[in-house]
Amino acid sequence: MAKLDLQGVTKSFGDNPVCRGIDLTVDEGEMVCLIGASGSGKSTLLRCINLLEPIDDGRILLDGVDISEPGLNPQPIRARIGIVFQSFNLFPHMTAAENVMLAPRRVLGKSRDALEAPVKALFERFDLGQRMHHYPDQLSGGQQQRVAIIRALAMQPEIMLFDEITSALDPELVGEVLDVLRQLRTEGMTMILATHEMAFARELADKVCFLDAGRILEEGPPEILFSDPKEPRTRAFLSRVL
Amino acid sequence: MTDQTSLPRGSAPTLTRRQAYEQRLRRRSITIAAGSTLAVVLAVVLLVPLAPGWDAVKRSFFNGEVFAKTFPGLLDAFLINVAIFLWCAPIIAILGLVIALFRDVRSPALYPLRLFGAIYTDVFRGLPVILVIYLIGFGIPGLGLPRPWNSPYIWGSLALILVYAAYVAEVIRSGIDSIHHSQRAAAASLGLSDGETMRYVVLPQAIRNVAPANMNLFIALQKDVALLSFIGPVEVFRQAGVYKSLLANFTPYVGAAVIFLALTIPATRYADYLMNKQRRRQS
Repeated sequence: MAKLDLQGVTKSFGDNPVCRGIDLTVDEGEMVCLIGASGSGKSTLLRCINLLEPIDDGRILLDGVDISEPGLNPQPIRARIGIVFQSFNLFPHMTAAENVMLAPRRVLGKSRDALEAPVKALFERFDLGQRMHHYPDQLSGGQQQRVAIIRALAMQPEIMLFDEITSALDPELVGEVLDVLRQLRTEGMTMILATHEMAFARELADKVCFLDAGRILEEGPPEILFSDPKEPRTRAFLSRVL
Repeated sequence: MTDQTSLPRGSAPTLTRRQAYEQRLRRRSITIAAGSTLAVVLAVVLLVPLAPGWDAVKRSFFNGEVFAKTFPGLLDAFLINVAIFLWCAPIIAILGLVIALFRDVRSPALYPLRLFGAIYTDVFRGLPVILVIYLIGFGIPGLGLPRPWNSPYIWGSLALILVYAAYVAEVIRSGIDSIHHSQRAAAASLGLSDGETMRYVVLPQAIRNVAPANMNLFIALQKDVALLSFIGPVEVFRQAGVYKSLLANFTPYVGAAVIFLALTIPATRYADYLMNKQRRRQS
């Protein structure tokens, strides 16, 4: 059984259809990259999976259970699916460590003392041990985005969603964030990325999906999709970004 | 400003062309400002005493003897203003916060709270403070309550609390609205409930953002405490009135004004300083 199974997911904002019937399966430990022009529906799809946006039609199955059922309490499901945003969205009034501990304390009911050691270990694993007690505005963009990833990981999610997480970074800071993703990849995390980093998608993804106008126009392993795309629109897009 | 501009005159050649120009401009504007201020002060000092009624005004408003005699009594009376302010302020802060939260509830079961919050803020921001003080301060004791429950201190304070909580609620609500929705999304994505998101993520930021605006409200409250004098309490304004009648002299009012300004000017400056600091941080 697939870890995550999207069946005909549709989502409109008013009269504007953003996802027009998306089918996608993601297996445990798989890394899937969503590529496509801005406005093709990548971000909205991720926000729908995390239940930040309710879908209009279709189904989202997590471990075979429909999580898109209208009226379902989204909180326990969101706690199982981590998401990292393009604009970091750290809480500016809390230190990096407090940002990370907030949800485990309030949602999982863990004590500050019990969290101290594992949170410290997380920061050290991603080379931020020295920055734990800094406030977001004292951190570089790359550091903030790594803290945002740690914050999501601290909930021990089963799936991680990454919404163009390097797009707001200066070019020289992109590398440190991609390194974190590489590390998660080797640890076997199930991940879905909306990304413009084609080289990165090519290097690490199990599957790449090209989204166009709210549909997955073409999908496949990166070596095939990037070198031999079938659809003219995929070819046109790739020739513009590669 | 760079270090170079603060060097002594002899080192002027080290200034860049731009710096020298800006230094000239700065000196010129300081000279002009000083000159015009001096002219205005001189005009006031020289011309006002020429007015035909000046001697009378001086005797009845700026009488040093009366000032010295009444000032200690005014200071004592001012302690009542301070006391009324001190017990009103925390209640206003809490009530204002509660009303602001009422206006943000989403659940349909709690819709009455939302409606109440909206009506409350509309009503109490729409009435003159003095009118609310009269209605509550004379109206409720008129029910024939026993002592001490007919005290104008209680009902006057309640009037101030009701009016000011409405303003504080609106300020806090604007603070809540100013927090970008991505903050709520980030909190929700971690599994926090709406209530937890409000408490741990939105409110702490909102309250910090509107702290200077709220400070201005509390400065206004300090002044409006004087309005309670109309329903009884002998605070500084009322005390000044008593002295005026006793001594047939208006100088006690000037003394009361001095006392208010001694408190409100530093507080206003401090609120402005906070607000500027915030603006700089946000830009």
